[in-house]
Amino acid sequence: MALILEPRREPSRAMVLAAPLIAVVATLVTGAIAFTLLGYDGFGAIREIFVSPLLSAYRWQDLLVKAAPLALIATGLSIGFRANVWNIGAEGQYILGGLAGTGIALAAYDMEGGWILPLMIVCGILGGMAWASIPAILKTRLNVNEILSSLMLNYVAIQLLYYLMRGPWKDPMGFNFPQTRLFTDWETLPMAVPGTLIHIGVPIALALALTVWLLIARSITGFQIRVVGLAPQAARYGGFSAPSTTWLALMAGGAFAGLAGVLEAAGPFAQMVPAFPTGYGYTAIIVAFLGRLHPVGILLAAMVLALTYVGGDTAQTTIGLPAAAIGVFQAMMLFFLLAADILVRYRLVRRRQPTGAPAPTAAGVPPQASPDTLAQEARAEGVAA
Amino acid sequence: MPPRLELQGITKRFPGVTANESVSFSVAPGEIHALLGENGAGKSTLVKIIYGVQRADEGTILWDGAPVSIGSPREARALGIGMVFQHFSLFEAMTVLENIALGMDNPPPRRELEAKVRQVLDTYHLALDPHRDVHTLSVGERQRIEIVRALLQRPKLLIMDEPTSVLTPQEVEQLFETLRQLAREGCSILYISHKLHEIKALCESATILRAGKVVETCDPREHSTRAMAEMMIGGSLKDVKRKSGGEFGPVRLAVDGLSAPGEPPFGTSLKEISFEVRAGEILGIAGVAGNGQNELLSVLSGERHHGVTGSIAIDGVPSLALGVSARRSRGLAAVPEERNGHAAVPGMSLTDNAVLSARRRKKLTVGGLIRLGAARDFARSVISGFSVKATGPAAFAGSLSGGNLQKYIMGREIMQTPAVLVVSQPTWGVDAGAAAFIRQAMVDLAAAGGAILVVSQDLDELLELSDRIAVINEGRLSRSLPVGSVSVEEIGLLMGGVHGEPATAEAA
Repeated sequence: MALILEPRREPSRAMVLAAPLIAVVATLVTGAIAFTLLGYDGFGAIREIFVSPLLSAYRWQDLLVKAAPLALIATGLSIGFRANVWNIGAEGQYILGGLAGTGIALAAYDMEGGWILPLMIVCGILGGMAWASIPAILKTRLNVNEILSSLMLNYVAIQLLYYLMRGPWKDPMGFNFPQTRLFTDWETLPMAVPGTLIHIGVPIALALALTVWLLIARSITGFQIRVVGLAPQAARYGGFSAPSTTWLALMAGGAFAGLAGVLEAAGPFAQMVPAFPTGYGYTAIIVAFLGRLHPVGILLAAMVLALTYVGGDTAQTTIGLPAAAIGVFQAMMLFFLLAADILVRYRLVRRRQPTGAPAPTAAGVPPQASPDTLAQEARAEGVAA
Repeated sequence: MPPRLELQGITKRFPGVTANESVSFSVAPGEIHALLGENGAGKSTLVKIIYGVQRADEGTILWDGAPVSIGSPREARALGIGMVFQHFSLFEAMTVLENIALGMDNPPPRRELEAKVRQVLDTYHLALDPHRDVHTLSVGERQRIEIVRALLQRPKLLIMDEPTSVLTPQEVEQLFETLRQLAREGCSILYISHKLHEIKALCESATILRAGKVVETCDPREHSTRAMAEMMIGGSLKDVKRKSGGEFGPVRLAVDGLSAPGEPPFGTSLKEISFEVRAGEILGIAGVAGNGQNELLSVLSGERHHGVTGSIAIDGVPSLALGVSARRSRGLAAVPEERNGHAAVPGMSLTDNAVLSARRRKKLTVGGLIRLGAARDFARSVISGFSVKATGPAAFAGSLSGGNLQKYIMGREIMQTPAVLVVSQPTWGVDAGAAAFIRQAMVDLAAAGGAILVVSQDLDELLELSDRIAVINEGRLSRSLPVGSVSVEEIGLLMGGVHGEPATAEAA
């Protein structure tokens, strides 16, 4: 007896859409059990993290503010992921976006005018794009794997942030704390809803997600992204060059992450601090996949992941859950999503060994070449041929 | 003596289709039996049932007279059924021997295996070096690996699925010799093909399938190929009608001194290729697969630019530096050999697949946005113009059968009325009726002033379609010869690499 994965003829559409929900539910259940076994109030933790924030109007503001950067970054990443360009460097692009905006803010410290904030935002976007252009150049010129180059640049970005905070950009009046001055009123985001925490980054994230949805569905550029992701060779045949797609994907990812960065810097932070990177760039990867790379799904998924941040904070004080619990929940969500996706495309079956044939066959044989895989290939080739 | 294999009332249903309906036939020991039918007639399903890949819903399989249940390919092999698939599963970077060992259920130690392999090679006069790396081998040699793999199991029934589609005429003859020798030794052979003259030359009996049912069991030696083709399609076969004459217009595609490096690691580089195609003319390029055909096609279509030298002119305008889209705007349409994932995106609708290559010439975009209505209309006109069997423009390309998808792709390109059509394997895997339709459409395009370049491994097709034929071998193109003046043997020799100069050691 052996358990093997057998490809399904056609994955069910309903299950493809249900997989994220199943992943969330499985995360809740497993999380509750695991934390109970660790001696915490597991079910209380689930309630505190995933339910309580939804019941308080004040918490909702927090949720939206946390969801906005996640949704922005994930929307940008989803463009690249659809085209099989794996930009893991959103965290660094987010930091560079924040730094570029901060640079303008510090330079314009003693100036006034409505032009300052828009200029900060434009520079933030350009900063994210500039950081993303490094993996793009390496990929298109030297065929360097963008996963590695973009990921490693995250650490470079963090060191750059630390250097600027401790050196050139340190607040001269700041008692030697490694942080910049506070931004002026001209340099901070206005609120979308007066009297709340909800800044204009929230409606911007919503509007951009919907715009991207339209562009992916209807524009020739969106078509290019989809074709490259589904069939790279057909994309070349259709006249879409691979380098241009790589650039497009990384620039979109960089621009959105950079925008999220500058909006965070000019919004909730209103200055630049070493604690600026909070892992949004990584969490957004989970958001993108949990949202099925679809902008509307991403908006929903961003809310779910924002819950883990907001609720996780509360649970630390009310239940004494460790801070790492947030990471555990986020990781479980990705893990269960990937598992559910596998089971949507494959079926787990028990395989009997036929009685006639000798059972222990070459264990070291690569699975691609084994006769059973041949049979599966034949099966997958389609039945109506 | 009971038949080696007998099928009784085999029925297999899939959601929406009945692939096989009470199919019965038998194969005697030592008999070479043909299984004939159009694409979609149910041949593949039937073979998969015999080889244990799928299970029949109804019916019985008798093996040497006793009913058997074949649950997996492993069980089929244990009974003595061997199969050589149409598409090989080989690791290019490994040797022949390693590949054979990988495909076996329980490979013996290397030395013992090598002795066994050499014995099989000697017995059946198969030329193959067990220590060569697979990527250095011709397609014919690769097929021999699969045959050896099957023969090592000492099969009593060998299933060959479309084995000759990639072989030169000489290689086909060698293969037939091997099969005849096997049959003389008592091994039954189930031979699947749609090449009727081969079946006449090789087989003693034939079962003809149409729409999942057996329509006829006959002796192929007693029927004309035309009669058998008509049994297959269940109607009379249309001949491709050509305009007589041979008056061609101006040169529309001129290629001079075209060279390009092969795709690493195993591609063939193109060497100094020159030819011209005039308006109204069809130039055929014959050759064994892997001799630079795919490279030539991608260089002509503009998909490959790196390291390409020489010149390409479309209607007299130098076009070497142009990309795919610019060449399409100039009037060059191309259809690569691979349909799924190259000429079409299986996971997209037919409408989207129309946008893929027709968006410029059919103006399917405006201001960077897709004109969905226009794209849908164009897709619909291709579907009706080329009688594509599909539920509509929203159907996924991957849901169409191979032949229907090919009709759609050819229709999509031809209905853009290109100045130059470059096409590889226009009817590969397509049934006789659809093939005749596609060929007629190409002839009509030429008659309307288009210039057509056809790359194909099917010599019969080239002889029927082309005005002139050239042969590509190891990236070099022979000079082209008028179709009336060449014989199949001459072309076959050119395909095998015999140019009147000493043949390379490659020819085996």
